[in-house]
Amino acid sequence: MSKFTKKKGNELPPVSTASLPDIVFMLLFFFMVVTVMRDTELKVEQNLPKANQIEKLKKDRSVFIFAGKPSLQYRKNFGDEGRIQIGDKFTDISKIGLALTEARGKLNPELQSKVVVALKVDDDTNTGLVTDIKEKLRQLNMVKIIYITANGDPIEQ
Amino acid sequence: MARRSAPEVNAGSMADIAFLLLIFFLVTTTLEKDNGIARQLPPIDKSEIEPPKIKKKNLFIVLVNKNDQLLVNENPMQLKDLRESAIEFLDNGGALSNSPEYCNYCKGKHSESSSDNPDKAVISVQSDRLTSYKMYISVQNELVAAYNFLRDRESNRLYGWNFSEVKKDIDAGTYLGDVTDARAKLKEVQLLFPLKLSEAEPKKN
Repeated sequence: MSKFTKKKGNELPPVSTASLPDIVFMLLFFFMVVTVMRDTELKVEQNLPKANQIEKLKKDRSVFIFAGKPSLQYRKNFGDEGRIQIGDKFTDISKIGLALTEARGKLNPELQSKVVVALKVDDDTNTGLVTDIKEKLRQLNMVKIIYITANGDPIEQ
Repeated sequence: MARRSAPEVNAGSMADIAFLLLIFFLVTTTLEKDNGIARQLPPIDKSEIEPPKIKKKNLFIVLVNKNDQLLVNENPMQLKDLRESAIEFLDNGGALSNSPEYCNYCKGKHSESSSDNPDKAVISVQSDRLTSYKMYISVQNELVAAYNFLRDRESNRLYGWNFSEVKKDIDAGTYLGDVTDARAKLKEVQLLFPLKLSEAEPKKN
């Protein structure tokens, strides 16, 4: 009997939590470094189409154009036709030029001549809208574009 | 004078504070990576030079209607067959073996009624204004895939590596070896199968 009682008194010491702050800080710094604060609020739906022959976008020299149906909370005012968003506001097709030049001005001056326009378009949009944007881009002489897509096989959907 | 030592700050709540911050950054982090299909738009041409005539056999016309259906050289086609037939068209090499346009690396059927050589072959995509963007991207993707397949084949034959893989590595900066040399080789392969994709403006409805 005495054997059992003896064992009971010999409990494991509690795990030291002294290094817990260090571990947490390490994680914290990691996330602080990789965090990019979103500077634009999406006002249009964005289900990107799938493609698998894709290249990586160089973020330092790109300006974004979003297009698609307005999100639910904006439908009331803007209807559910495809719309264009640059920065964080809806833009009319005729005023793309101004908005894009402004967006380009925020890039690094050395890269401004190499600007790539990234088109983020919802897969439910009509091609006509995209064609209008492209036509406008040709007039603005911003001829490098990239259609942003999700990774996947387009045939298997 | 009795010097009173400053009391030690209790660091017990440090972990809690750090956790709070950690959770904040965890929630706000979006690890975004944007990928896509890159294109160069044609500049606006105001000159009145007649565009060069292209023989009908050197044209591969892809029509997409507003119901997302495909018509390739006047035959209806499913999306899954598009890549195959684009490869067949580009790789045909129909020019005669004694003409200067003869394509000595083409492995196609050398049919008289299809393209002369990859340099002459033009793919033309015409879509309707009401075509869905999803379909449009799918078609573009399949056509780029056809080019990539042929370029991969040629780079494998000439240099023993895959065109698309090396290009990806160079873009990501992880290519091991001589980058300028590899770039020159990529360019050479690209010239064997130059991307000739013409996009007509969609028909107005």
